[in-house]
This record gives sequence, C-alpha cells and structure tokens, in this order.
Amino acid sequence: MSEIISVKNLVKKYDSDFIAVKNLSLKINHGEIIALLGPNGAGKTTLISTICGLTSITCGSITVNGFDVIKDYRKTREIIGLVPQELALEPFEKVINSVKFSRRLFGKKDDVEYIENLLKKLQLYDKKDNIIKSLSGGMKRRVMIAKALSHNPKILFLDEPTAGVDVELRKDMWNIIKELKNEGVTIILTTHYIEEAEMIADNIGIINHGELLLVEEKNKLIKRMSVKTLKVKLKKSLSTIPSKLKKYNLKLIDQGNSFHYYYNTGKEKTGITSLLSDMNQIGINLFDIQTEETSLEDIFVKIIKD
Amino acid sequence: MNLRGIQAIYIYEMNRSFRTLIQSLVSPVLSTILYFIVFGAAIGSRMENISNVTYGAFIVPGLIMLTVQMQSVNNASFGIYFPKFIGTTYELLSAPLSFVEIVIGYVGAATTKAFSIGLIILATSYLFVTIDIVHPIFMLFFLLLTCISFSLLGFIIGIVSDNFEQLNIAPMLIITPLVFLGGSFYTIDMLPPFWQNFALLNPIVYLISGFRWAFFGIGDVPILTSIFFILLFTSICISIIWYIFKTGYRIKN
Repeated sequence: MSEIISVKNLVKKYDSDFIAVKNLSLKINHGEIIALLGPNGAGKTTLISTICGLTSITCGSITVNGFDVIKDYRKTREIIGLVPQELALEPFEKVINSVKFSRRLFGKKDDVEYIENLLKKLQLYDKKDNIIKSLSGGMKRRVMIAKALSHNPKILFLDEPTAGVDVELRKDMWNIIKELKNEGVTIILTTHYIEEAEMIADNIGIINHGELLLVEEKNKLIKRMSVKTLKVKLKKSLSTIPSKLKKYNLKLIDQGNSFHYYYNTGKEKTGITSLLSDMNQIGINLFDIQTEETSLEDIFVKIIKD
Repeated sequence: MNLRGIQAIYIYEMNRSFRTLIQSLVSPVLSTILYFIVFGAAIGSRMENISNVTYGAFIVPGLIMLTVQMQSVNNASFGIYFPKFIGTTYELLSAPLSFVEIVIGYVGAATTKAFSIGLIILATSYLFVTIDIVHPIFMLFFLLLTCISFSLLGFIIGIVSDNFEQLNIAPMLIITPLVFLGGSFYTIDMLPPFWQNFALLNPIVYLISGFRWAFFGIGDVPILTSIFFILLFTSICISIIWYIFKTGYRIKN
C-alpha cells in the first residue's frame, strides 16, 4: 500500500509554551484504518488539527497525498473529511442544507443523488428536513459524519466519533467505518475505547505526552505484546515456590493453593510443557488449569505506564 | 479560486437573514421611520433650511449612513462570531478556502444586507420628504464602499470577540457615539468652534459629509478628503484582517 499521509518531525507549541506534540513522525497508508490511542491531553486532537489545517505548525512538515498541507492546502484539504470531537452544528439549519453547505465549501457541485444516498447510508434520510436542534445526540453525530463525507473525501478523520454514544449506535458507526474502508477511504480515528480500536482498526498508534510511542499492525502488536496467564490450582498448598521452579517466575496466590505463570504466545516456546514436567518431577500435583488472555487494553495500559 | 465555497458562505449568510427577516430588515427600517417622524416631521418642521435643503431631507443621508454602518458591523460581526461560538469554524478552516474567499463570503453577505437596507431606507424617505439626488451614481458607489468598509470592521470585531458582551461593546460604545456625533443630524459648522475641530477627529464625519455631498452637492469637508478617508479606513480594515488570517489570531490555535 502506498503512503497517503506523512508527518515528519512535527512539533506543536502553544502560546502558553505547552508543547502538545513533540517531534512526532508518522506514516499512514492508503485505505487503512489507524486508531490513535492515548489518554486525555496526549496530543491526538492536536495532531489531527495540524493535518487538517485547524492548528498552525510550529516545526516539521506534513504531506497529504504528496502535497504539503501549508503550501498546497487546497489540494490536501479537498481530499480530507473531518469529524471533530465536539458536536458543532448550526442548530437552526435543516439537515440536508447543512450537508449541502459542507459540500459546497469544498468547491463541489450539488449532487442530489450522492447526498441522498449518503443520508440513507447514515440513516438520516427520514430526518433530512428536520432542524438540527431537534435531533438526538446520536443523530447529530451522524450529521457530523455526513457533513465530513459530503465531498467524497479519500481520507476521513474521526476524533472520538463514538464518545457519549450508546452501544447500538456505536456498533452502527463501526459498520459505517468498515463500509468506508471497503470503499477505499483511509480512516484515522482517535478513541478512548480500546474495544473500538480492537474491533475496527488495522493499525494502532499510541500517543502520550505528545510523543508517538508506537505504531504497529494491530494483530502483530497483540501477538507481540500479548501475555497469557496460566492459573494452576494445586492439590496441596505451597508456602514458597520450590527452587526448581524459580526460573518460571511463578506468583503464588490464594494462600498458596494456586500460582500464576505468565507466557508469551508470540514466542516459539511457551514453557508450559517444561513447567508441568518439572512440577511432576518434584511431586507437585495439579488440580485444575485455567488460562487468561491479555487484551489490547492491558497492552495499552502497559505501554502508557512504561 | 473556490467560487462555490464563497457562494456557499454568501448564500448561507443571506438565508440566515431571511430566517430572521424581522430582525434583519423590518427593525432597522422601522427605527429609521421613527427618526423621520421625530427629527424630520416633528422637530424638522421648526428647523431652518440648511444650505437651501429642508431639514427633513438634510438628515436623510445621515440616517442612511447611521443605519448601514450599524447594520454592516452587526451583520458581519455576528456572521463570523456565531460559527466561532458554536464551534463550526472548523468547517471553514478545514475546507480548501483561502482567507480572501472566507472574507468575501461573509463581508459580501453583510455588505449586501446593509446596502439593501440603505436603499430601502432611501425609498422609505421619499414617503416623508422630497429629495433630488445630485450625484446618484457616486451616491451608490459611496454607499457600497461604506457598507464594505464597515462590514470589514464588523468581521474584525467578530473575530476578536470572545463573548457576546465583547461583540456588542464596540458597536454600542464606539461606533454608535461616533455615528451620532458624526453629523448625521447637523453640519459641523453648526457646532461651537472648539467642537468643530474636535469633530474633525471623528472619521465618521468624513463619510457622512461625502455621502451628503452625493445627495446635495454640499459637505462639511471636500469630497476628495471624504474619498481618501473611506479608502484609508477600508485599507486599514483589510490589513488587520490579512494579519489575523496570516497569524491565525483568534482563529487557529
């Protein structure tokens, strides 16, 4: 896949001397969904804002589809759609007029068929003549997406698109995002919901304190960072871990009735067979075995803490 | 140039006025009619002619200027402030629009509204007084230039304002007094000598004088001085807006 966004050594310093983005570099390929994860104030929104032209750049460069976002801003902005975090809509305008307005701002001719199909896809068609003020929060969020897609962009930025949205609508949003990906749209989303990233993203980027800590393919990341826990329940309790088993870094729990063994599924050998064999040799009998898997959330928390 | 983008902003702003037609059109026209009744008919009938012009007719250019200046500032300032207030400026900033195009859209709409109101007030004045406009083309040109320059000023006010109070402070506390003291209802030579010199520090004097010259061929200051002032004022406003967009002041973070 070819590169569609390239951020090189980006620095954003605000007037208050707060550095929101520190020497950040990032490449995003055509047609992928990348989820940017990070705690509040990590710099996710600032990064998006600099790419979209809402925030000035202190240092560094950004290109979109090979064009510089400052020098060639018309060429870069015409292929970008943005759904900001806040529900920012003209309250007294009709849905259809608001979406048409957005399309026209991008210099595009009115296209009734495209706009109507878009509204149908977002389940807004029945509400097209409603005043925005009268819509629910979820519907307003859909209007924001319709506005961002009104000019048929190749890149869509979604800044916490499902914040404050109910579960059903969130799942609808995920389906919409997946559909857009199938249509070839590159999607960059920021989210607090790790589950969301896990469900829909191809790649994960983790940002904290303005620095990009990692960008990696989601499945590879989970495989690389995933630590499974083997919980072994014993027939007889132990007061300490026997010296022969010290190399496994076991953790006694339940007053010595069980222990935890941590292993990485990404590695060639998990060490389970060897552990069970050593237990057998020194006469420790097991009663039951359970395994637990690390989620993306656990990985995220670990990376942020490290 | 993104002409459709400009058109979108322009039409959006014009539609906003149509949605609030009473506030946008009826209110200023009604206020002006009241001025005509009070100053033109009630008080004006007891006033002497000024330079062979009846007092009722004399105040027409001043009243038009008073209204269009306030309307230009209010329309343009609210036009750009409201998107800031509700957070929709992100759409403008993320669209392929240059600052010139954004200004043309907003200032163009504010100018159109103020210019239309000016013409409606002029038409209304014919119900009360008889006026022969000496330089009609120049009058229209000068009216248009005034609407543009004050719409630019309104745009600046809308950008720098952080809340509705600030949005109203400049029009209420600066522009209204300057317009009232700018010779809307009198000529400068009717003032005592000290206040005559003081009045010349008021830039609005030059605009009202120029506009009145277009109507009656008379003015407080030479017409070229009025033209110079309106062009200077417009240039200053354009320079400030250029600086705002270049630096992103109060627009971009």
